[in-house]
Amino acid sequence: MNWLSIKRVFRAGFLNFWRNGFLSFASVLMMVFTLFVIGLAMFTGVILNTTLQQFRDKADMNVYFTTDAPESRIMDIETSLKALPQVATVDYISRDDALAQFRERHQNDQLTLQALDELGSNPLGAVLNVKANDITQYDVIANYLQSQDALASGSPQIIDKINYFDQAHRDAIDRLAQITDSATWIGLVLIGMFVLITIAISFNTLRLTIYSSRDEIQVMRLVGAGKTYIRAPFMVEGVLYGLIAAVITLLLLYPLTWWMGNATEAFFGGINVFAYFLSHFLIFFGVIAGSGVVLGATASFLAVRRYLTI
Amino acid sequence: MIYYDRVSKIYADSSVALDDVSFSVEPGEFISIVGHSGAGKTTLVKMLLAEEKPSSGSVFFESVNIHEVPSRRINDLRRKIGTVFQDFRLLPQKTAYENIAFAMEAAGRSEDEIASDVPHVLDLVDLGEKANNFPNELSGGEQQRVAIARAIVNQPDVIVADEPTGNLDPVNTFEVVQILKKINDLGTTIILTTHNKGVIDSLKKRVVTLDRGKVIRDDREGKYIL
Repeated sequence: MNWLSIKRVFRAGFLNFWRNGFLSFASVLMMVFTLFVIGLAMFTGVILNTTLQQFRDKADMNVYFTTDAPESRIMDIETSLKALPQVATVDYISRDDALAQFRERHQNDQLTLQALDELGSNPLGAVLNVKANDITQYDVIANYLQSQDALASGSPQIIDKINYFDQAHRDAIDRLAQITDSATWIGLVLIGMFVLITIAISFNTLRLTIYSSRDEIQVMRLVGAGKTYIRAPFMVEGVLYGLIAAVITLLLLYPLTWWMGNATEAFFGGINVFAYFLSHFLIFFGVIAGSGVVLGATASFLAVRRYLTI
Repeated sequence: MIYYDRVSKIYADSSVALDDVSFSVEPGEFISIVGHSGAGKTTLVKMLLAEEKPSSGSVFFESVNIHEVPSRRINDLRRKIGTVFQDFRLLPQKTAYENIAFAMEAAGRSEDEIASDVPHVLDLVDLGEKANNFPNELSGGEQQRVAIARAIVNQPDVIVADEPTGNLDPVNTFEVVQILKKINDLGTTIILTTHNKGVIDSLKKRVVTLDRGKVIRDDREGKYIL
């Protein structure tokens, strides 16, 4: 195709778009619907992800040390834990802190506090609170700790217990992992289905638009126009639908996310969709405009092909 | 120039549209093909445009077997044949001017050629004033004249007019036939299918008569006899 043909193809595409009036309007509207669903799917994905991540972050593991464990060895363990790739954070709670926390937790329970005072000394050991990068990695960390402690030959073992080895705690973590895993899957499948359905609807709308031009396509063939020369303006038109629909969709998402921003932040915690939209605008623009263009071009390409057979 | 060699067309439901038809068309001829509806006139035309394939036999255009032309070269063939249909078949989204320009664009002609030739053919069919009207703003006769202008603008060797007057009143019919005669006088071969007795009898040109898919008459200065 030479430069002259390309110029003519674009002119014809724009002219058809303009002169098709209502049909173009309807196609753009349908496309907006599809792209809007794709945009919402992106938000849903992010919200789902952060919410589930928050659930997963609730899981942790406590390593209780014996009361006579020297602080220096606890510090050694803390450093070695921090060096592990599976570990996200390690918080050290000293014996005094542990006691203070215990007192605060039982401040309305005079009996317990009296018993504590009777003891005279601090019965609580220091604690390391460990958070893993992923919920499935506690197993590795717990086993590592146990082997480390056992290996420290010559000196007495200082780890009193690791709550991960409590069956109840372990079950809770496993269940949490399972639930969040399946929630992610179900969420993604639902989003995927929605997106597929709307794409199919959009495809059909464009096919109907071109169906109304089937006689024209045949006339073009009979006056000797080549297949590419007939098809290209329809593809230009399809791409135009996609681009205009993308702009409208992005313009719609702006006030919608602004309106929903604070609500989502309060409800799901952590994620403000408006802030997310603004900070990831280029990605949204790329995905939505890209989907529109690809959808418009391929749908037109395929729809015209049916009528080019003569 | 055009040669139908023992052409038959049998459709899938075993109805016979053409039965062993042979005849040739010389350059510069004005040939009318007449017959009742369903006699096979349109099928003959569709074969020349490679819209349909014969079940047996061959159709030659300038010694090329049309149905052996690869599909990407069909465009070149069609540009040598101008076509006019009963239902005009204009592009509804394009003005009269653009409809004619489209045939030239499709043939890869330059903007300068288009700018000089389109007004010229519009004047030839007496529609210079209506260049910017869309088909739905034109009368049937005017639409058919746009279609004729579109058919001749690429200076084809032959014009095929399939029932061009079928949807027109007597005045427009007369005008369209006069235009076709004028084009023929300028040297273009014309193939006209019709079942309009008046048109045929006034033309005094060659007439091929079809009946139920067979050629039953071929007269040099024929009349409509059925």
